[in-house]
Amino acid sequence: MKVEQISIFIENKSGRLAEITRILGEAGINIRALSLADTSDFGILRLIVNEVEKAKAVLKEKGFTVSKTEVVAVEVPDQPGGLSTILQALDRDNTNVEYMYAFVERCGGNAVIIFRFDETDKAIATLTANNFNILAGERLYSM
Amino acid sequence: MANYFNEEFETLPRAALEALQLKRLQATVARVYANVPFYKQSFDAANIKPEDIKSLADLQRLPFTTKQNMRDSYPYGLFAAPMEEIVRIHASSGTTGKPTVVGYTQKDIETWSELMARSFMAAGAHKGDIIHNAYGYGLFTGGLGAHYGAERLGASVIPISGGNTKRQIMIMQDFGSTVLTCTPSYSLYLAEEAATEGVDIKSSKLRVGIFGAEPWSEAMRGEIEANLGLDAIDIYGLSEIMGPGVAIECIEEKHGLHIWEDHFIPEIINPETGQPVAEGEKGELVITTITKQGIPLIRYRTRDITSLSYAPCACGRTHGRIARMSGRSDDMLIIRGVNVFPSQIESILVRIEGVEPHYLLIVDRKDNLDTLEVQVEVDERIFSDEIKVLQTLSRQIEKEIKDMLGVTCTVKLVEPKTIQRSEGKAQRVKDNRKL
Repeated sequence: MKVEQISIFIENKSGRLAEITRILGEAGINIRALSLADTSDFGILRLIVNEVEKAKAVLKEKGFTVSKTEVVAVEVPDQPGGLSTILQALDRDNTNVEYMYAFVERCGGNAVIIFRFDETDKAIATLTANNFNILAGERLYSM
Repeated sequence: MANYFNEEFETLPRAALEALQLKRLQATVARVYANVPFYKQSFDAANIKPEDIKSLADLQRLPFTTKQNMRDSYPYGLFAAPMEEIVRIHASSGTTGKPTVVGYTQKDIETWSELMARSFMAAGAHKGDIIHNAYGYGLFTGGLGAHYGAERLGASVIPISGGNTKRQIMIMQDFGSTVLTCTPSYSLYLAEEAATEGVDIKSSKLRVGIFGAEPWSEAMRGEIEANLGLDAIDIYGLSEIMGPGVAIECIEEKHGLHIWEDHFIPEIINPETGQPVAEGEKGELVITTITKQGIPLIRYRTRDITSLSYAPCACGRTHGRIARMSGRSDDMLIIRGVNVFPSQIESILVRIEGVEPHYLLIVDRKDNLDTLEVQVEVDERIFSDEIKVLQTLSRQIEKEIKDMLGVTCTVKLVEPKTIQRSEGKAQRVKDNRKL
């Protein structure tokens, strides 16, 4: 039910994103989705890739600080109010979303949103109970 | 049994030690008055003759010698022995202007070797040890000072010097080094590089590390001992006085550094007034050498801030102990009127879970106001995929520095290994203020 995401610490200086994408590209790793959170000094790049362990290893080898987190990928009806129905269901159960971002590919006719929760298992239970479709990691990595 | 190299002198009762000091002080004062024009002039100006030194208390009547006096006498002006008797010359790094130059007679080298051998034994090293000496060899006194001491001790010394860290790790493993001598910051760098190479340095044969040439904190000792799996011992020295081996912690207490008082007389003064402070109070360390021939120094102001204690020690040595250096008066930063030593910031950082003692302080002046930026590396132990976790960490460090030191700073998180690693003395401060 959970998807593995890698996060990378980057200083706000030119060329860092280019460097990371170059390292991943040369290792033959495909980026499936990404989100960049930034402050004035530093940023955190979050990636869903097709080969999690390999991506982590090649980046660490180049001296980057990398961590692995579990996130949840949810199918969202691609229509007005689609995302809202999910967020309302989570809100009713007091489940807090730390951050979220959209997946590049569509799944059938639906969009895919990546969620990071502080209580992942509780969020999965809420989503399942409300009949939302959660995508497995294997499916996502190969989409 | 305690580990003495020269039991008689290391455990000399205080009365006998002080009698010996007075005899040697009188001889030294007479020698410099006769041989060094600078001292003749400065004693004459203070209206004091060598014969006036009748007790150790009379030492306080003599004028100080400063680093500036040494620079003004560049290169050989303060030598008290003719050049034919000088067998070795060392010099300090001289970051500002000319270096300060020191010369040693054959007897000076023998004294230095003995004091360094005593220091090794106090630290828990002995004949049969394999000493990995990663202090730099050259004009800097660290490498050769430790080297001669190790040989005098009868240990096997590996004169690896600084640099080429990967090779150092290989040699340390293959040669079975049991004792490491280098700067404290380099020891952590070694451990970090070893981990990158997949070498578990904690399971190596290293038993004792003797670290000096830069100020470090008690918290950093904890970090080094945990990362390298050895007893970390603080050693003190400066080229003007001799080099490494002026003072050393004993492994029994690791609490204060015994200064070899049969060769040096320590005093602690208030750096502002030049007056002595009470026993145990902090101030600037002043040292008079009483056996040196090449370049004896009278009341040399070391600029190092410490305190002095004559409390008896578990190791049985009767020589007084100076406290771990809280900084060098010229390393001290004055930020918006607050005195800050880099070592204080280091102790705060090391206490915070996961923060490595690799840091850089950048001082600047913006709109006539001093600013302090503390750069801290983010490694996996503190990294999070959530911005707020890292921001909370930055604020925590800022708050602790503010609470402990009373100075406002901004913490900048930087990528691992972006702060320059030093293979000699670590560069902790960048002062960009144009004053």
